[in-house]
Amino acid sequence: MIKNNGNGEYRVLGTRPVRHDGADKVTGKAVYTADVQLPGMLRGFILRSPIAHGLIKSIDTSAAKATPGVHAVITSADMPDVGDKIADLGEGAVNLKYLSGNVLAQDKVLYKGHAVAAVAAVDIHVAEEAANKIIVEYEELPSVTWVLDAMQDDAPLLHDDLHTDSMGAKSENPSNICTHMHFEKGNIEDGFAQCDVVVEREFKTASVHQGYIEPHASVGDWNEDGRLRIWTATQGSFSARQQTAEILQIPIGDVVVTPCEIGGGFGGKIAVYLEPLVGMLSKVSGRPVKISMTRADVFEATGPTPGSYMKVKIGATNDGKLIAGEAWLAYDAGGYPGGMIGPGCMCVFSCYDIEHAVVDGYDVCLNKPNTQAYRAPGATQVAFATEQLVDEIAKQIGMCPLEIRQLNAAKEGTVRVDGPKYPPVGLVECLEALEESDHWKSSLDGPLRGRGIAAGFWFGCGLKSCATVTVNHDGTVNLLEGSTDIGGSRTSLAMQLAEVLGITSDDVNPMVGDTDSVGYTDVTGGSRVTFATGLAAYTAGRDLQTQMISRAAEEVWDCSPDEVTLENDGSFTHNGESKTFKELASQLFKHGEPLVARAAVSPENPTNGFGVHVADVEVDPETGKVTVLRYTTIQDAGKAVHPSYVEGQLQGGTVQGIGWALNEEYFYHDNDTVANASFLDYRMPTMLDLPMIDTIIVEAANPDHPYGVRGVGETPIVPPPAALANAIYNATGTRMEQLPMSPPVLWKQLQSESAEA
Amino acid sequence: MVTVFIPAQLKELTGGITSVEVEASNIRQVVERLEQLFPGIQQRLCDGDDLRSGLQVSIDSVMTSRGLIAKVQPGNEIHFVPAFGGG
Repeated sequence: MIKNNGNGEYRVLGTRPVRHDGADKVTGKAVYTADVQLPGMLRGFILRSPIAHGLIKSIDTSAAKATPGVHAVITSADMPDVGDKIADLGEGAVNLKYLSGNVLAQDKVLYKGHAVAAVAAVDIHVAEEAANKIIVEYEELPSVTWVLDAMQDDAPLLHDDLHTDSMGAKSENPSNICTHMHFEKGNIEDGFAQCDVVVEREFKTASVHQGYIEPHASVGDWNEDGRLRIWTATQGSFSARQQTAEILQIPIGDVVVTPCEIGGGFGGKIAVYLEPLVGMLSKVSGRPVKISMTRADVFEATGPTPGSYMKVKIGATNDGKLIAGEAWLAYDAGGYPGGMIGPGCMCVFSCYDIEHAVVDGYDVCLNKPNTQAYRAPGATQVAFATEQLVDEIAKQIGMCPLEIRQLNAAKEGTVRVDGPKYPPVGLVECLEALEESDHWKSSLDGPLRGRGIAAGFWFGCGLKSCATVTVNHDGTVNLLEGSTDIGGSRTSLAMQLAEVLGITSDDVNPMVGDTDSVGYTDVTGGSRVTFATGLAAYTAGRDLQTQMISRAAEEVWDCSPDEVTLENDGSFTHNGESKTFKELASQLFKHGEPLVARAAVSPENPTNGFGVHVADVEVDPETGKVTVLRYTTIQDAGKAVHPSYVEGQLQGGTVQGIGWALNEEYFYHDNDTVANASFLDYRMPTMLDLPMIDTIIVEAANPDHPYGVRGVGETPIVPPPAALANAIYNATGTRMEQLPMSPPVLWKQLQSESAEA
Repeated sequence: MVTVFIPAQLKELTGGITSVEVEASNIRQVVERLEQLFPGIQQRLCDGDDLRSGLQVSIDSVMTSRGLIAKVQPGNEIHFVPAFGGG
């Protein structure tokens, strides 16, 4: 018999134990991929395209191969022909031709930095020297990096066999537009006819990079027995294994991926770049090979998040009810199809109960690196548009911006534009928390100062996770799971297992296994790990307890399992005798078989994470610089397993959103090559640019998790650009329609509006 | 009977009808019934013996990972929506 302990009173959840990986991280003992050293290991170097778009006419590698110390040189000619085949990668399908082509260019280069050839040599200097001896003859083609230009009929065509897909229907002519999506809800004409006020604006946002501190790195060792072992910086070891196997056309069981410690990913370390190359170089050379990207490689050749153009229109009645919304969105896909337009369309009105809506979205190929996910991919762009228009409506009808959001907030039963209805969600609670916050109640005085708010949403997904629990002699347990740990998930999972078992977080030794050691687990992404892999840890704990009840009945108390009670504190009782988990586990270990439990889960409900941000800014009219004076991030975590980690996610996402809002962007030369591929010129915020990011954690329990957990990692990046834009408007009266709102952009707009006035 | 909401991009195949009720016990049967009613819709929703890549099914707002084999029950509301993951 198991009593449900989901009563909201927890022993472990909600506490702040020291993270299990803390000592290794602060002492430098944690092993990142660049730290991996194998006997006889070679170093690899990748030759990259110097142009944004061109045909590869020929590649001469003879001089490189003849360089002393060089052991392997490969081009796409050395890679298997993957054909024009769609592969299901678990979290989505991909055309292998595109996946392989992005790893090593085939007949064309599609962006500056596109990998063209790879060399393995005795050291990095020899490899680089040899790579520079490779002669590539290009026929340079016109290029395009602005999404609206790329959509034109006469735009430079990246793929002459790419036709626009409109839910299974293909366009007659080839196009850079990979995908067109269209959603309808209600009747848009009737909706706008009911409105007293309608606002419409066009917005554009620049490409930004995830900016993880650790550059991509991989080590490959193709063994004599045909098995390929990979050590890599990845958000998903199983996804990396499958992508590598598909690109190299080898059985998936012949690849084992060990995920090393990872210095950030934010969505940018899901696609493979280096893994197939170190594998092939190792196969050719017969020795292990390591490749580490430079920062310039990271900026030029790995996925930024999409730049965008958006035209959004919202209508409301004079009493503040939002009635109708219309959005036309065009997002960068990069060199190959597969961007973030789907979630962009689904999120544009996701925070509000709007009866009538139409959304059109376009995913567009252009001469930029293939775009990748970046924390709530596609949602930050649309929030920048929608949240400003909601403020504008409030201003026009004389309503408080908080009140209009409270009046229209999505709640249980609200139907999103793509169809599904929300289960219980926490946006209303977040808005209430804002209303009650010290920040909202405080005054903001002074010229050119303004306060802005914005809401944000991200789905949070479930997907597949596995966990195995083994019990030690002393009743401590080992938790083996497959979610690469980016944000402290080992401890958040260990805490959920500890909560079930009635032990402490320190009694659990969590470990992220390689792909041979642990059951299939989807990527660390989609705000899913603490929720879904946490559910796996919880379920494995329950499996363990069920086994222990049975064993205790037979081996300890000589009774029926029904006569053993599992108490809420994790202890086991029979006829007034009680044993803690540790006591019983030790006893069972001593006299019987070892205890092992496991779980495989695939939760299907999104966890629906909502947040609300409030920002105070001061604008310097002489320079256009925006100083963030105060910032508070409020988010529904369902249940904050480890509040420090939740606060860290809220603060980290917010800071990335502030960078996106105020500074970050790719600059391009006239020839469409990136001009600022370094952290000196790609301006991310530092602690000197920011105030303390205050956080308020709201806990509106997720009904689909035993402890009410929701994913929290992505939502915090969604509201900052909109909150800051609203604050800038309230400080200056200037409405910003583009990101970043960097000093030169804001200064010019202030000057322009001043001149017009 | 389950209620199937027609994706807006497929209304051209349904003469503007936005939802229909069909008898089915799983998503495969839902698609087969739709095909009987609106010829051509199956190839817009499916690729071979699976859902078209990039699509997922929502059953009463639960995003099932089981695709065509997902079970449905009388009264369920079915939507075909874009798949999403995250970062």
